[in-house]
Amino acid sequence: PFWLKCAEGTPTQFAKSSLTRLLAVNLRASPHKMGTEAMFAVKGKDFVIIAADAMTAFSVMKLKDDYDKIWEVEGKLFAASGPSADASNFMEFIEKNINLHTLRTGLKLSTKASANYTRNELAQSLRKKGSYQTDLLIGGVDADGPKLYFMDYMGSSESVNKAAHGYGAMFTFGLMDRYWKPDMELEEAKDIIRKC
Amino acid sequence: MARRYDSQTTTFSPEGRLYQVEYAMEAINLAGSTIGILADDAVILAGEKKTTSKLLDQGKQHEKLFKIDDNMFCAVAGITSDANVLINKLRVSAARHAYTYGESMPVEQLTTSICDVKQGYTQFGGLRPFGVSFLIAGYDESHGFQLYHTDPSGNFSGWKAYAIGINNNTAQQIMRQDWKEGMKLQEALELTAKVLTKTMDTANPNAEKLEFGIVEKTESGKVRFRMLSDAEVNKLMADAAPKEGETEAEK
Repeated sequence: PFWLKCAEGTPTQFAKSSLTRLLAVNLRASPHKMGTEAMFAVKGKDFVIIAADAMTAFSVMKLKDDYDKIWEVEGKLFAASGPSADASNFMEFIEKNINLHTLRTGLKLSTKASANYTRNELAQSLRKKGSYQTDLLIGGVDADGPKLYFMDYMGSSESVNKAAHGYGAMFTFGLMDRYWKPDMELEEAKDIIRKC
Repeated sequence: MARRYDSQTTTFSPEGRLYQVEYAMEAINLAGSTIGILADDAVILAGEKKTTSKLLDQGKQHEKLFKIDDNMFCAVAGITSDANVLINKLRVSAARHAYTYGESMPVEQLTTSICDVKQGYTQFGGLRPFGVSFLIAGYDESHGFQLYHTDPSGNFSGWKAYAIGINNNTAQQIMRQDWKEGMKLQEALELTAKVLTKTMDTANPNAEKLEFGIVEKTESGKVRFRMLSDAEVNKLMADAAPKEGETEAEK
């Protein structure tokens, strides 16, 4: 038996097997399977462009090479990387909740609100049932202009001009820093994505 | 006959009425005059305070107007203790929304959420309804400046100008005639003052007996709630009164 202290200071007894399960959940949460998949995004003058690779694999076998990782939710784009189980499970949940919000209130959430909502869900899951191993790129255009959010599986979220996830990111950050400039036209942005 | 069906909140009468809810609305008709006016560039709420005494040690405690969030505030008419509970719920709802979405809560959503709470007390649980009506004023990106009225039944509607409490009929009559599309803040403040001079229970209305609040956009475009200072209120009411005297003289 193992003793665990609760908030009030009274010890609670956990059976060894339960503790193992508890540890197992947390351990599963920590090693982040950095993607062999890559995604890139760039913000232009009145648009956001997001690109994601289309491979999904099981161990060493490529299952599909036309798998769409970019979800369209109420006019916003969510690119979700990571194991397809985590990505699809998490994104289906987010998609349905955002749709429900639109139905209930008659108003579409802004990109900022959608991103904040999503990051809250990631942050809460991390501390309850373990993480969704999903890194996200969220893009949308609202009345006050285009917005791009870089989000990782722990729920950190930042509004940025350019972003990338996966091993590919290591190579392309420098590239994007070199070529990105404010208020780009679509062709210029496409060019950067092509280079990435 | 009504007596048989009025003691339980959750029981319909044979004519299909909920007496407890109607009695709750009666409680509000005795409350201090409360006015709300929607202008082009602001929303104004003003309320007459009932508890004024030299011995009162109020400090900063408000009686009529309460801030909910940076973009919203409300005026209360009815049982103060009931109102305090609901105002707390309003503030928690607004804060929770801002936490989850990183943005201020839209006014209509907040109004809906508090009305759903009020409605619950008319349908289940066997508890009496809240004896409170709100005038909720605020600003959001989707619908701009808005004014809503809620009652104990949990119904709400959006208004360009509304009055609750004592003499609300008189107030509504004046507002029906004098409210115009495209009014700016100053005009709307003057209209509010004019209505209050007619409906308030007292001979000389002044800042001691009134609370005046507005939601407006600052020059930088930020939304802000602000209570008018005593000096501003006194000036408004003083300016409204002589006009009153003139019309009397004309008669």
